[in-house]
Amino acid sequence: MALLQNNFPTFLQGFGYTLLSSIIALIGSMILGTGFAIMQIVPQKWAQVIGNVYVQVFRNIPLLIITFFFFLVVSKYVKMSGFTSGTVALMLYTSAFIAETVRAGILAVDGGQMEGARANGLSFGQAMQYIILPQAFRIALPSLGNQFINLVKNSSILAFVGGLDLMYQGNMVAANTFDTFSTYIIVAIFYLILTLPLSYYIQHLERKLKRAL
Amino acid sequence: MVTLGIFSAFTPQNVLYLLGGLGITVGVSVISVILSLIFGSIVGIIQFERLPYFSTFVGTINNIIRNLPLLLIIFFVYFALPKIGIHLPIFWATVIAMSTFESAMLAEIVRGGLESVDNGQFEGARANGLSNMQTMVYIVLPQAYKKMIPPIISQLISLVKDTSLALGIVLSEMTYRGQIVYAQNSTYIVPVLIAITLVYFLLNYGLSLLAKWADHKLA
Amino acid sequence: MEKAKKRQFGIIATIVLAAVIVLGLMWATATANRNAEHQDTLARVEKLGRIVWGVKADTRLFGLMDTKTGISQGFDIDIARALTVQISKQTGVPMSAEFVPVSTASKMQLLKNTNIDGSVSTMTITPEREKIIDFTNQYFDAGQSILVKKDSGINSIKDMNSSKYTVIVVVGTTAATETAKFAPKAKLLAVQDYATGMQALKSGQGQAMSTDNAILYGFATENPEYHIAGGTFTHGPYGIAFDNNQKPMIKETNAALATIKQNGIYNQLIKKWFSHVPGLDWRSLEAK
Repeated sequence: MALLQNNFPTFLQGFGYTLLSSIIALIGSMILGTGFAIMQIVPQKWAQVIGNVYVQVFRNIPLLIITFFFFLVVSKYVKMSGFTSGTVALMLYTSAFIAETVRAGILAVDGGQMEGARANGLSFGQAMQYIILPQAFRIALPSLGNQFINLVKNSSILAFVGGLDLMYQGNMVAANTFDTFSTYIIVAIFYLILTLPLSYYIQHLERKLKRAL
Repeated sequence: MVTLGIFSAFTPQNVLYLLGGLGITVGVSVISVILSLIFGSIVGIIQFERLPYFSTFVGTINNIIRNLPLLLIIFFVYFALPKIGIHLPIFWATVIAMSTFESAMLAEIVRGGLESVDNGQFEGARANGLSNMQTMVYIVLPQAYKKMIPPIISQLISLVKDTSLALGIVLSEMTYRGQIVYAQNSTYIVPVLIAITLVYFLLNYGLSLLAKWADHKLA
Repeated sequence: MEKAKKRQFGIIATIVLAAVIVLGLMWATATANRNAEHQDTLARVEKLGRIVWGVKADTRLFGLMDTKTGISQGFDIDIARALTVQISKQTGVPMSAEFVPVSTASKMQLLKNTNIDGSVSTMTITPEREKIIDFTNQYFDAGQSILVKKDSGINSIKDMNSSKYTVIVVVGTTAATETAKFAPKAKLLAVQDYATGMQALKSGQGQAMSTDNAILYGFATENPEYHIAGGTFTHGPYGIAFDNNQKPMIKETNAALATIKQNGIYNQLIKKWFSHVPGLDWRSLEAK
């Protein structure tokens, strides 16, 4: 407990950076992910190919490598800190998973609706925006929530590039105090404050959705 | 100059060294997926059975593990467990950490798989005189596992990717070995990163095609 | 199962599991206490006939992984080998040397956890560390410096005392704590290992990397556009580390170290690893 008291500002700072990184990456990956999901289902072949390649590449390589790539290689040309590199990597990595989730959501919406909307004179974009996407998001909400939890957990990758997040600060405290056991338990509790309530809320949503079906 | 760097990084001994790292990556992933399949099934069945108190209790522990970063669990197993006398070599520490984490993930998949099996099957089997245990083992689980093959393969993909996190405890897997190779000469960094990215991609993309194929075949 | 039976099973299973967890925790605390008691390193290595040394894998000159053999090569490794031979002679117990790569961030933990017996890994002797682990006499004389780009205009650590500068350090090194004393306004960027640190310096994540001059010389030989600016600003010789309170092991190792310094083996190793380093007065490193 003395450990927590002495290092409380450090843990709190880490918690703040973890939260900040997660929120930025969440917003970014939602936009990118939705974009690539739509690209995968538009009629244009070239867009489908780009969408597909993007999703397959980022889903199948480790987040750590993407992070190192930004931190050590890209930053030679575009200046970015460890925090920025980690957050950008996190955003790109998660967007591939969100693209898959949103795509599945869109496909779950009855195909007749698109035809109906088009027959009523809406363009593809309008039909997507007003008819299909709102329903798709509602269907995909539990999976999107899970992706957000994964994102928070994966933000611990920032520790490898001096990203000042919770894991990084935890390692620093552990290296200084040698009390690994208590330090990592405290770090765990901070992470659970973010992820556990969200996880229970998603389970609640899933049950509700199941009953509705 | 640049082209020279690209090829000089891949001397036969460096390539062999990196491939050895791939072997460790795959080894850790496969052992972990098998272990977590066993433990994940046990936990999944307990949750599916809805035993009063017990299922909630186990479910809560499962939720806690599932909601922690894997990196934290790895650091905990390797750096904190020795404080209570549990000394594990790096390889097994990684396997234990990943299995613990993945068991919690797979338990959810198993529970979902079981819930998707038609309720009538239970009653039918019971009516034919099978015990509860027998119904589970011979009728329900095989069907549930069939449905679970694609998600299990995608968990294997996650494991292959996540093994790279063990570089934090100096496990000699592929990403760590990549770092060692570019520690020899810093111009190697780009070619080495690209090469290991490609290997990860090919391995995981292959696995994801396998999952897709299994999905079609079994559907 | 009928409802009542299910309920009964659930309650019993919960109690059993809870009991297992509580007993497990009690056992864990007991083991933790027992482990806090003394374990003699010398007795252990004599019994097993091997000394497991923690060495670096990413540090040129001291410990750099040879990708062919999978074993690190460098001054630290050669010293550890020579010491193992000498300790075997002194104790009359034949022992082999084994090597485990450690990162700067992990080596203290590994020693405390007895994953390794001893550590020859560019480790500075500091009062803080001496509270937790034991050091032998110094085996290499070092001090902290900064590595900067030759055209950076930075001439010493004092030039960096401004919030526009970032100094790259490695988690768990003395540099991580000392840099703040000499350039309190500069930002710190702590990475996990030297290889990443050097890459980070090259890609402009910081303007300088700070650690012991001996390690920086290794990077300067490999990267001619970088140099060491302003000499050393701390003095921190390296020691060989063992777990806490290992008097017999420390005594044997110090005796072995004194012997190899006397019989010339030490100076041979200094010459082997440092005579070709530009800008380094390697003769000053020799044992007198």
